[in-house]
Amino acid sequence: MSTGSNGRSMAPMVIALLGLAVVIAVGSLLFGYSRDAEAEFGGADGQAEEVITEIHEDYEPWFSPLVGELPGEVESGLFALQAGLGGIVLGGAIGWYAGRQRGRREAESTTG
Amino acid sequence: MHIAEGFLPPAHAVAWTIAAAPFVVYGARQVVVTVRKHPSAGPLLAAVGAFSFVMSAIKLPSVTGSSSHPTGTGLGTAIFRPPVMAFLGTIVLLFQALLLAHGGITTLGANAFSMAIAGPWAGFAVFFALRKAGVGLLPAVFALAFVADLVTYIVTSVQLALAFPAAEGGIGESFAEFLAVFAVTQVPLAIVEGLITVVVVRVLIQVASSELVSLGFLNRNTEREEVQS
Repeated sequence: MSTGSNGRSMAPMVIALLGLAVVIAVGSLLFGYSRDAEAEFGGADGQAEEVITEIHEDYEPWFSPLVGELPGEVESGLFALQAGLGGIVLGGAIGWYAGRQRGRREAESTTG
Repeated sequence: MHIAEGFLPPAHAVAWTIAAAPFVVYGARQVVVTVRKHPSAGPLLAAVGAFSFVMSAIKLPSVTGSSSHPTGTGLGTAIFRPPVMAFLGTIVLLFQALLLAHGGITTLGANAFSMAIAGPWAGFAVFFALRKAGVGLLPAVFALAFVADLVTYIVTSVQLALAFPAAEGGIGESFAEFLAVFAVTQVPLAIVEGLITVVVVRVLIQVASSELVSLGFLNRNTEREEVQS
């Protein structure tokens, strides 16, 4: 396996680590179901709110979100939008550096 | 770890905002200094901010039968140091509070303190210690991201326990209850976050090594070979 700057040498490691990440995420899901077949996988942030209202039954949030309570479908859409926008910026930046690196290499190979 | 809008009493909300403010203001200045000193690191700065934006939007299932989200602060902390991440993380939280009703303006200070300040600094301390002890770059980055993620949620539990002490058992009892919601749930997520952070760092070393060297994240040559071999 060449260890040059062609980028191929990192592919096995990247695939292995991402594969492991997927295995852990899916494994967590399966483990959660194995402990409780009706697990709902509700958000921990929301559960914390429930604990607050358990401890202080009369606690009332004194300020509401400026955009108001959103329907679940709309909210999940906004989360998808957030991930999408972030992905574009992240991918764009990596692509910018990758393109520059490639340009540098081509310049080297034509002059040298 | 996003404490929802209005879910901290006003005194606590103000106190955490005051506690977080100097870190964020200093971080903003460090961002300006960094961009001025390393102009070609601009896209890299956008990339680490976007990474946190994406990661903190993704809810993953966990072994406890609930789900939670990573923080994505490990990457920026490793490359740009904690002060810069304090500013970027706060911007991420501000976006989420304003546009997604996730977190809140009144709880921005507390959320910034846990996700953008305490987590990154704890992670960076571990990273620094491991590097001093001769641990490889990528394993140290993994530990940084793992610790930054987990500590964020522990700090959130402290914040909630201080604001809502249990009638019996007080702050300690509340802390245990909030920790029960967050901590175990977060462990597999923190591992996943660590792995993904290592992958992104590895890719960046491939394509942007000159910036990473000038930012002091990579040593010239020796480390690049260590990682790439």
